Amino acid sequence: MSNAFALAVGKTADAALPRLPGAGVAWLGAARHAHLAAFLRDGLPSARGEAWKYTSLRALEQRVFALGDADAATRTVEAQMLALPGVDGPRLVFVNGAFRADLSCIDDLPEGLELQPLARVLARDAESLRATFAATATDAFDRLNAALAGDGVVLRVAAGARIAVPVQLAYFGAPAAGDLAWHDRAVIELGDGAELTLVEQHGDAGPHAHLGTLVSDIRLQRGARLHWDVLQEAGPGATLIRRSAFRLAADAAVTLHALELGGALTRHAITAELEGARARFVTRGVFAPGGRQHLETRLDIRHLARDTASDALWRGVADGRGRGVLHGAITIEAGADGAAAQLGNKNLLLSEQAEIDTQPVLEIHADEVKASHGATVGQLDERALFYLRSRGLPLEQARALLTSAFCRAALDRLDPVPLREHFAVRLARHLPRLAGDSEA
Amino acid sequence: MLTIDNLHVRVAGKDILKGLTLSVKAGETHAVMGPNGAGKSTLGYVLAGRDGYEVIAGTVTYDGIDLLALAPEERAAAGVFMAFQYPVEIPGVNNTYFLRAALNAQRKRRGEQELDSMQFLQLVRERLKVMQLSPDLLNRAVNEGFSGGEKKRNEIFQMAVLEPRLAVLDETDSGLDIDALKQVADGVNALRAADRAFIVVTHYQRLLDYIVPDFVHVLADGRIVESGDRTLALKLEEHGYAWVAGRQPAASAA
Repeated sequence: MSNAFALAVGKTADAALPRLPGAGVAWLGAARHAHLAAFLRDGLPSARGEAWKYTSLRALEQRVFALGDADAATRTVEAQMLALPGVDGPRLVFVNGAFRADLSCIDDLPEGLELQPLARVLARDAESLRATFAATATDAFDRLNAALAGDGVVLRVAAGARIAVPVQLAYFGAPAAGDLAWHDRAVIELGDGAELTLVEQHGDAGPHAHLGTLVSDIRLQRGARLHWDVLQEAGPGATLIRRSAFRLAADAAVTLHALELGGALTRHAITAELEGARARFVTRGVFAPGGRQHLETRLDIRHLARDTASDALWRGVADGRGRGVLHGAITIEAGADGAAAQLGNKNLLLSEQAEIDTQPVLEIHADEVKASHGATVGQLDERALFYLRSRGLPLEQARALLTSAFCRAALDRLDPVPLREHFAVRLARHLPRLAGDSEA
Repeated sequence: MLTIDNLHVRVAGKDILKGLTLSVKAGETHAVMGPNGAGKSTLGYVLAGRDGYEVIAGTVTYDGIDLLALAPEERAAAGVFMAFQYPVEIPGVNNTYFLRAALNAQRKRRGEQELDSMQFLQLVRERLKVMQLSPDLLNRAVNEGFSGGEKKRNEIFQMAVLEPRLAVLDETDSGLDIDALKQVADGVNALRAADRAFIVVTHYQRLLDYIVPDFVHVLADGRIVESGDRTLALKLEEHGYAWVAGRQPAASAA
């Protein structure tokens, strides 16, 4: 590999690896070296491959990032930026990838909840994280993350524990001397019958153009239930690459809501393996790129057992020169008889230069399954726009009202309700600013 | 209040209005009747300001100002209202929320105080006396899943709340059974006032039994070819529009 990005990774990694938490653990060191070597061998993926067809990394290849932020502990994040309505419980906060004890809240955790920064667990009990670090990583960013992740989340809910308060995981980018790369990893496990609501927040604490990668490994045992709400408001210069990988045992259920608003270049890959019978996976979300933003969401949902169900409902809105991508792959494997899968993606283009690529892929190898998918790309209904204006609403307000309404179906079942309203407010505030640099 | 002078309008490259002239004073109700394709709906849309209606000649003066220079929302704030022949369904937008946003946008533009939710609720309660609408319809998405009659009643209810000075009713009778027609007409009649004018556009004279106009105009091929009092509507009913078509050359020659 000869591009600037990979060269910089190679140069900084040798110095960085011995300083990472858990560096003394032999298997972990070996795994990190193997992931790094694989990354350096293949580098960043090209747009020629199917997986990165719609998201070019050519500009990123030419950029150089310092690894980690030595001054992360002193960066300012206003308390109000962390405040989310209906969310006032345990919280882990990361600034430029590093855990911030002063902003977090992990005292007096509810019975049955374990919540710690990953660095602490790596230092004390790395063995319990062997599965996530030793697993084969196939994607370049997964490799980079597995090799260099220095912090993150370890969250475990004991069997039968129902955690009543939402847990907040907040990742903020803050200004630093130069562009930084940070790599965090979240390991989340719900025991048999456990229940949890998790709120993942990505925020902006000032101008920066950092690269962040976040890999979340989420495991649900039998009958566990997880609500996962994602509010992505990364800074306008940020590059944010995430994978949320779910594995569900029998009767487990995940409901994920995501609002993707921020960042210059972001990609969120959501993979789900429905391994146990009757496991259920619901994703709903809105992505709204404007200006010159590029926001990609990928779904890769695999039905591996009988009577599993998945339901994906996404809305995309693009304005200015914004570009949105939704890749939705559903595979129903042999033996997953009785599976039901549904994927719907409607998109709205608000300007001539905006673009949305939607790509539903359905593969079925089982019998007696119910599967459907549909995707559309359209524009605001001129008749509706005129109707609203004829009653006195100014054009911009009428457009924002119709656009919010278009997105509503994707967020109207989000819990808790105060957070649902907050998502709607954040979306409504984001929309009028979408047009951004359309003339640039 | 409203003076339309020699109005020519082109839609999708086709001339629809070809020299329409009409004058409406405050307090008056004018019926504009005509066969399909005469340009009735175009008249409503061009007054409300819909895109795609190209004015190639003529003027429309409303309260001394050039109405055609205003954006649709500016016309609304100036007091122009059109009840749509086909009210648009807007999924996801709550009917009451929309109406309050619309009223407050108008008030803001006019430099008036916006209404808070209590004041607005009180206004709604009062206006429901003019046009009955069930709480269910008030809280549903705008026109979504409304029956034809409910949509038309919703238009009149909106008019009652927004209190326009010039209201254009575009075939408000179409698709209504006789009971719904009476309800809608009662709502309109309750809103008739000395400072408010109506233009009632219709194909059938039936509506005019309930909304009795001061003047009746016959629109054919983009022009008003005949004007009179309400007896003109009865004459039309008797002879049909073919009778008007026969009159048209005389009118063009004039």
